[in-house]
This record gives sequence, C-alpha cells and structure tokens, in this order.
Amino acid sequence: MLEVAHLKKYFTTQKAVDDISFRVEKGAIFGLLGPNGAGKTTLIRMITGIFYPDEGSILFNGKKFEADEDSARIGYMPEERGLYKKMKIGEQAIYLARLKGLSSSDAQRQVKDWFVRFEMQSWWNKKIEDLSKGMAQKLQFVTTVLHRPELIILDEPFSGLDPVNANLIKDEIFRLASEGASIIFSTHRMEQVEEICDHIILINKGNKILDGTVSHVKQEFKENLFRISARPLPVQHPENLYEVLSNNEEMLTIRIKNGYGPNDVLKYFIEQQSGITAFTELLPSLNEIFIKLVEGTSLSRQFQPKQS
Amino acid sequence: MNKIGLIIRREYLTRIRNKTFLISTFLLPLVIVLFIAVTVFLAMKGRTSHRIAVMDQNGYFKDYLKSDSTIFFDFSPGIDTLNYPEKNCSAILIIPVLNEGQKTIYRLKYKKQLGLSNVDDLEKRINSAITDHLIYTRTNITRSRLDSIRAASDIGELQTFSDEGKKSQASSQGLSYAVGYACGFLIYLLTFIYGAMVMRGVMEEKTSRVAEVIVSSVKPFPLMLGKIIGIGAVGLTQFLLWIVLIIVLFMGAQAFIPHELLQEVNHIQQANAMGNAQVAQSSEAARQIFVVKQSIQNTNWLMIIGCFAYYFIGGYLFYASLFAAVGSVVNEDPQEAQSLLLPITMPIIFSFLIMSIAIQDPGGSLAVWSSMIPFSAPIVMMARIPYGVPNTVPVWQLLLSMALLAGCFLFSVWMAGKIYRTGILLYGKKPTWKTMWKWAFKA
Repeated sequence: MLEVAHLKKYFTTQKAVDDISFRVEKGAIFGLLGPNGAGKTTLIRMITGIFYPDEGSILFNGKKFEADEDSARIGYMPEERGLYKKMKIGEQAIYLARLKGLSSSDAQRQVKDWFVRFEMQSWWNKKIEDLSKGMAQKLQFVTTVLHRPELIILDEPFSGLDPVNANLIKDEIFRLASEGASIIFSTHRMEQVEEICDHIILINKGNKILDGTVSHVKQEFKENLFRISARPLPVQHPENLYEVLSNNEEMLTIRIKNGYGPNDVLKYFIEQQSGITAFTELLPSLNEIFIKLVEGTSLSRQFQPKQS
Repeated sequence: MNKIGLIIRREYLTRIRNKTFLISTFLLPLVIVLFIAVTVFLAMKGRTSHRIAVMDQNGYFKDYLKSDSTIFFDFSPGIDTLNYPEKNCSAILIIPVLNEGQKTIYRLKYKKQLGLSNVDDLEKRINSAITDHLIYTRTNITRSRLDSIRAASDIGELQTFSDEGKKSQASSQGLSYAVGYACGFLIYLLTFIYGAMVMRGVMEEKTSRVAEVIVSSVKPFPLMLGKIIGIGAVGLTQFLLWIVLIIVLFMGAQAFIPHELLQEVNHIQQANAMGNAQVAQSSEAARQIFVVKQSIQNTNWLMIIGCFAYYFIGGYLFYASLFAAVGSVVNEDPQEAQSLLLPITMPIIFSFLIMSIAIQDPGGSLAVWSSMIPFSAPIVMMARIPYGVPNTVPVWQLLLSMALLAGCFLFSVWMAGKIYRTGILLYGKKPTWKTMWKWAFKA
C-alpha cells in the first residue's frame, strides 16, 4: 500500500536519506530500524508529508502521495511527542481527530469508543499535566489511531510504558493490523521488533543496509550454530566436522563446518554412543545482527558536506 | 480551508475561556486609570513648598512678592548667603539694585534643587512684582482698583475650530491629544501583550513536543497563521469589550451630573447653536461640561475606531509574525528568546518614543514620516488620527500608510512562515538571526 522509491533528502551538512526504497504491504507490520541519526526520522517525515523529498517518489495506495489529502489516512506518533498541557483531554482528542478531517460528531464518537476501550473515560475533563507519563503515552497512542488511518507510523511507541500498558498497546497494534492497517514501527528495541514485525529494513547513514522478513533475515545471517545436549558427551570432537564454542556440563554450543550438515553431527554423536537429549539451531537475534551490521561504522554520525 | 478554522477556534476559545482573559480585560483599564491617577497625584503632591530667603537691595519687593502654598518668601532682616540654611530656607534670592532700562541679574543660590517649574514660576513672580511696583510708582492707581481691573478683564476664552470648508467644527486640542496618546499607547501595549502571547503559544507547542504531531495533520504555515489570527481575534474581542466598558462608564458618569447642571448645559448648547457667543452668565461647571460634551460629540469616533482596528490588526500581524518566528526557533531556554527579541522590541519601543514627541506636532515632518514607515506607523498614525483626518492627516497619507503597512505585514508573515516551518521541528540547536535569515530566504 506504500511504496517508496529512491527517496533522497540532503541537508546542507549531511545526506540524511540517500536513495532508500522499500514497500509496505497492506496489513503488514513493518519494522524500520537503525541507529540514532541514521535518517529514520527524516524518512518518516517525508512519508508523513512534513518534508518534501529532494528526489524519489512515494506511492500511497498506488497513487502519488499528496500530503494534503493523504495525511488524513496516516496516523503518526513521533518520537518527540507531546500534547497541549493545559487543554482538557477529551477536547484535545477531539481537536486532533478533527484536524485529521473527522466531522465533529464522528470525532466525538470515536474518542468515546477509544476511551471506553482503554478505560480512560474518567480522564475526559482532566488536563495532560495531571497525567503520568505512561498515561499520557496511552492517550497519545489513542490520538494517533482515532481517525482509523490506513497507515500508522509509530516511533518508539513503548517508551515509558509499563509492561501491562505496553501489552495493551501491542494487542491494539496487532488488532489494527488484522483489520487491514499497515503499520510502520520504528524502534531500537530489537526484542520488540522480533515479537511484532513481519518485515524489517535496517538503515544506517541514510542507506538501506538490510531488507527482508524477520525469519529470512535471521536465516541469512545464521552462522551454523547449534546447541546440543547429550549424555554422555563424546570424548573427542572432530575438528573437521564442527568447532566447540562453549562446553557447559552436558550442553555444547557448536559451529558446524562448511560442507557438513546437522545430520552429520547427529550421526557422529550416535556413533559415539552419546544419548542426545536436545538439538536446536541457534539463529542470531536481531540484536546481534543489528550490532554486527552497524558496529565498525562510527557510532555517532559524522557531519559531512554533501558532494554534488 | 477547514483546518485553519479549527486552529483559530482552538486558539481563540482556550484563551477566551481562561480566567486571566476576563481579569485582564477589566483589570487593565483599571490599572491604567490608577496609574494615571497616581502620577497626577504624585505630580501635584510633588510640588513641595519652598522657603526662599530674599536679600532685596531695593526695599520694595517685600510688598509685591506674595507668598503662597508653593513658595514662601522670607524677608527676615538678618538673613544672608551664609546662614540661610539654618533658617530653614532652601534657597536665597539676591536682588541687587535694579536700574530702569538696564538688564540686571538677580541670583538664586540653593542647596537643594528647586525644579524647573518652580524656577519659571519664581521668575514670573519677580517680573510681575517689578511691573506692579512700576505701575504703582508711575501712576496713582490704587491697588484695589488694579485688582478689580484684572478680575474684570478675565472674560475672553479661546475656543479652537477645525476648518472643514463649509462648516467649522469646534475641536478640543486637549481631547485630541488625550485620545491620540491613549490610542498610540494602547496599540503599543496590545502589540506587546499579544505578540508575546503568540510567541509563548508557539514555544509551548514546541517545548511540549505537540508541534510534530500537529504538523503531520496540518502544514506549518496554516498552523502559524491560525495561531496568529486566533490570538488577534482575542485582542479584538478585548478591544470591543473595552469600547462597551467605556460607553457604560460614560453613561454612568452622566448619571452623576445634577439635573439642573445638565439643563444649563443644554441651554448653552442651544445658545451656541444659534451663534450666540455670550455664555458668560452660565456657571463654570456647566461650561466645562459643555466643552467636553461638544468635543466628544464632534470627534469622529467611527473614523478613530475603524482606523484603530485596522492599525491594531496590521501592526499586530506584522509584529506577531516576527514573534512567532522567534518562538519557533528557541528551545526551552527563555534566555535565548530574550536576545532574539531585541530587534523586534526595539522598534516598538522606539515607535512609542517617537509617538510621544510626534503628538506635540501632529502635522510635523517627524510625525508624517514615522507614520508612513510600517515599523512605527501603527503607533504614530493612531496618535495623529484623533486630530482630524482630512486636516491634520491628509487622506493620501492615511491611505499610503495603510497600504505600506499591508505590504509589510504580508511580507513579514510570509518570511516568518518560512522560518517557522524549519524552526518548529528543530530541537537543541542554538538559534541565531543568521540561521533564521538563511531559512527565510535560502531554503
């Protein structure tokens, strides 16, 4: 439903986004990952129509993206977010919904629905300054999705939420996706990405360096690591077959050498009269992949003059 | 556009509903009135009475220099330049022998400054003492006779009329001055109050981080414009309430005037309408009320209020958009705003100073030029308009000034919009005028 092609945005001091393309399917939960300063926010700001791209195209539902019309179909929860501190919560939610193009009565109804769902009815006449950070976060999420957007962009949606409320919002994200909304989810928290996202891209220094489904990416970066538990363990470990990385009582972590497969290892263990109790493949976590890809590039992004 | 309407509505309603709005609407005029009353009171009270020792070598000043509540003349014989402070005198006046037809210097020595008005007063008294002395010694008129002639001669009264071709309008310089000053001062005050309000509103959006949320629904420019218009509407509402308040107060004040006095006033009005200039037989109070009433009736209030609305809106749009631009670039630190505000507040304060000079000579070249330049036009022009539009302020000047102001606020709103667009989403960068300039004209 969203197709981004060769998007570029250069600022005077750096190339914030340098030729990034990807597509987000309808109903998908899409992870947008990257270290600080990778260009995520700039990319999102172009998709939400806050910035114009220097080059490239954004297709929204197959048509060229028009910020004026399409912004009503996007819900954006920025990382730098907040609400009017002195405004009553109910009024504020309605105001934000109406800015997204909902009629007065529609806005009223939607806000009431969501407040009931999130058990926030008693908040109506309170002000933001009376809320805790977590409560304000919940409200922020509600105001983001009030107008039933087709594309929801969430930048670090769980920061500041306790596990109960984080779960509540996670469930809402799944529900919204199952109802057909596409969700772009930007975060540094890789365990959340593994749990929630179907498809991810990783960007660094304005470039896309990884693109694929979570399982596909893990397969791509696997290092033939396996964990094997057996009793008793073989006395000898043939070095041409596998390499022992760690030996913890009756559990081994091994890397199988090129040219061999898991069956070769199992066969060897059986031959050695070793009773296998467990054998699992160790896939790298996204966290490890992330660190591996980003490490070595300087941590904070250097300012470089753009070359034209 | 529907969205800008929503923004205006929010900005307007949240401020109107606020208790501070009601309080400031009714308290501000009170504070101003109180301020004026206190300054007048202090100025009156400030005339402390002085005791001045006199060393007169002519011998006759004793008879003519009259002491009163502000100055007391001490002619004690033993007083001299060395001992006058011990005798509780703040100054000593030394009058040498005055020879006729020859300028002679008399001197005043003091330990404590007397103040300019006292010195002028003193000189006048000495001169009239000399005149009196000469009249008595040269003629054989008696003192009581001279006094009665003086009293009888006080029958003329100057009334000013503004010449408008067919008819001439009775006008009051005093009232024009007061209204002009009040208008200029109000524009000055409102520009500051509402400009600062716009800036605080923009800063609130930025520091509370709501800006990016809103900007994903509305473009920054309508957001800024909506805020400026919404807050301007609050200002206009306040202005309207003040007009209502003034009318109510005016009616109320009239109710306190005794009925007989009012009838007398009506009588003068009729007499005056028939071209009868003899108003001397009516009482002083009635005459004064008549003058005030007539000049109020003859002032073109519609013109003043209409122009006030225009210059308030124009000046407000011009300055408020600059305030908004500054608000958009500063971060949490109010200190940053302070230094950026200087180039905006200086012209406003300057305009006010120019206005207080220009109002003394509303047709002079300073007044004319400064009411053309858009920076100072709202304040200075508003001070001139109550003096009369086709006469003191020619129509072409008014129209040119209005047109220039309009062009200028369109430009400043456009420029502020460009700065605002970039500034509102940028955090943590220390703003300078240089970067703002770049955003406005290069981006």
